[in-house]
Amino acid sequence: MKIVVAVKQVPDSAAKVSVENGEVSWGDAPLVINPWDEFAVEAALLLTEEHGGDVVAVSLGDEDSKEALKHALAMGCSEAILISDPSLQNADTQAVAHALAAAIQKVGDVDMAVFGKQAIDGDNAVTPVQVARVLGWPALTLTSKISELDADAKTLKVERSIEEGRQIVEGKLPAVMSVVKDFGEPRYPSFMGIRKASKAEIPVWSAADLGADVPAAVVSWPEMSNPQAREVSNEIIEGGSPEEIAATLADKIIEEGVV
Amino acid sequence: MANKVWVFVDQFKGEGHPASWEVVAAGRKLADEVGSGLTALVFGEGVEAVAQTAIHYGADEVLLADGAPLAEFRVEAYASQLAKLAQDDTPDVILFPTTTRARELAGMAAIDLNSGVLPDVIAMDLEGDTIVVTRPVYAGKLLAKSQCAAKPQLITLRARAFGKPEADESRSGEVKSVDVVVDEGTMATQVVDYATSDGQVSLTDASVIVSGGRGTSNRADLEPPADITDEKEQEIWRAQQGFLLIGELAEVLGAAVGASRAAVDAGYIPYTHQVGQTGKVVGPDLYIASGISGAIQHLAGMRTSKVIVAINKDPDAPIFKLARFGVVGDLYDIVPALTAAFKERLDK
Repeated sequence: MKIVVAVKQVPDSAAKVSVENGEVSWGDAPLVINPWDEFAVEAALLLTEEHGGDVVAVSLGDEDSKEALKHALAMGCSEAILISDPSLQNADTQAVAHALAAAIQKVGDVDMAVFGKQAIDGDNAVTPVQVARVLGWPALTLTSKISELDADAKTLKVERSIEEGRQIVEGKLPAVMSVVKDFGEPRYPSFMGIRKASKAEIPVWSAADLGADVPAAVVSWPEMSNPQAREVSNEIIEGGSPEEIAATLADKIIEEGVV
Repeated sequence: MANKVWVFVDQFKGEGHPASWEVVAAGRKLADEVGSGLTALVFGEGVEAVAQTAIHYGADEVLLADGAPLAEFRVEAYASQLAKLAQDDTPDVILFPTTTRARELAGMAAIDLNSGVLPDVIAMDLEGDTIVVTRPVYAGKLLAKSQCAAKPQLITLRARAFGKPEADESRSGEVKSVDVVVDEGTMATQVVDYATSDGQVSLTDASVIVSGGRGTSNRADLEPPADITDEKEQEIWRAQQGFLLIGELAEVLGAAVGASRAAVDAGYIPYTHQVGQTGKVVGPDLYIASGISGAIQHLAGMRTSKVIVAINKDPDAPIFKLARFGVVGDLYDIVPALTAAFKERLDK
């Protein structure tokens, strides 16, 4: 199987993100591979370990995004490609989807494109379905498990996590899949993997290289702000036995009118 | 003339998702502001009753696509149906609830309609015929004002951000049946089955959440059964006793059970319960955090809760800074006592 996994470089989830002078800042927190995408890389690697084949990691972003790709290579992906172009600077999810879909076509003979659930910066969670639509492939999103996969017949059966529980869906390859945490803990890059990744030459594809029309962004986000500081009057409830504390606390919660 | 404001009603097995009615009510308000009628979209099979409910919540008309290919939600089929209707009638805006289904539908339809999607929005302001939305990004660490220059503007509204809807059963409106445009032969997916969860309250819809963290395993004098000898398994067993107490409190309050990433990563409780930047982002009326210290990525996922209560042994735990009420103490003592106190007061 040939699998493409899409990864994004984002500020670490432990970062204190704020807006300073109109610019988004995450202080000295590191940029890392989007945590959801680590699950996607793991899922892609597990699939090729079972069914044979290769995993190609693709990222869209500036030069910095090579670090996310190197992480994917260190985990075990065999190839990495960066899509980078000044015209994609303010790309919205639709433009990103068209660019990623074009890259997947250019890689060629891809059986599956695997995504994380969402990126923890933009929190859009629509890129997997949008890429699927541009490609005309089925979208098997929020997959927690692949229960059957026949690489020759190009069919599969997956379990998806939805609000009401799990949904079992049969589909055909090629397909887009997004994965949730239940798929499996991402492996740590091996020492050999890290060495290999650090030496890897990562090709950069421009918009022209993609050979597809990437539409101009229609969604803009001209203004970012810090949420209002939470005004909380703290009240520590103390004194007496746990039963007395609990009684006071229950009364106060009821007074707030929230139960 | 066709209405400019549309809303999509998400239904599962013939029941409208509660967040859908919030969206119908928000759509009603928006339609009144722009001087338009409100059209609701209901897709499925045998879902006429859902269409009537949409009218009760404020729709003037319902476009009902009722047929076998739409019986189960498949995003590809629903997107084709929605795009066809929107291409014919060219609404300015389509609002959706931010359920997993409707969010993906909006995203996919944006491709068909050459437009854009604004997901998980918490506020809308009208500027001319453009809607400027506010949406949390970086799990709510920041807010973005955002807008879509193309039409229709596809916007998904976060549950519980737009007020409680009121149904008026005396309202009437027209239900128009539309042709199902989906050809089953072209579909690449089939829904085979469901394994629905056992009546647990879903985190994103819950008005009360009781959560547990690492602290659930902090009761050294709790003796695990003799057959659990592995130290890690003993720790998990202890944590599960803590989560049983949390579950009892949740049951009395009709609440959902949440957890910190630390608790999930340690194997105490399944991932579906995780609250935070890499779990679910929630904003209930009441959030009781027990044995959760308050890592920044957890706080990002629950900071908009109306009233936060923190129970933690460590008086310096960051969670206390967000808490309206705090108890410095052991959750093993406080949580069961709180369950008893609520049982008495809420008459359960």
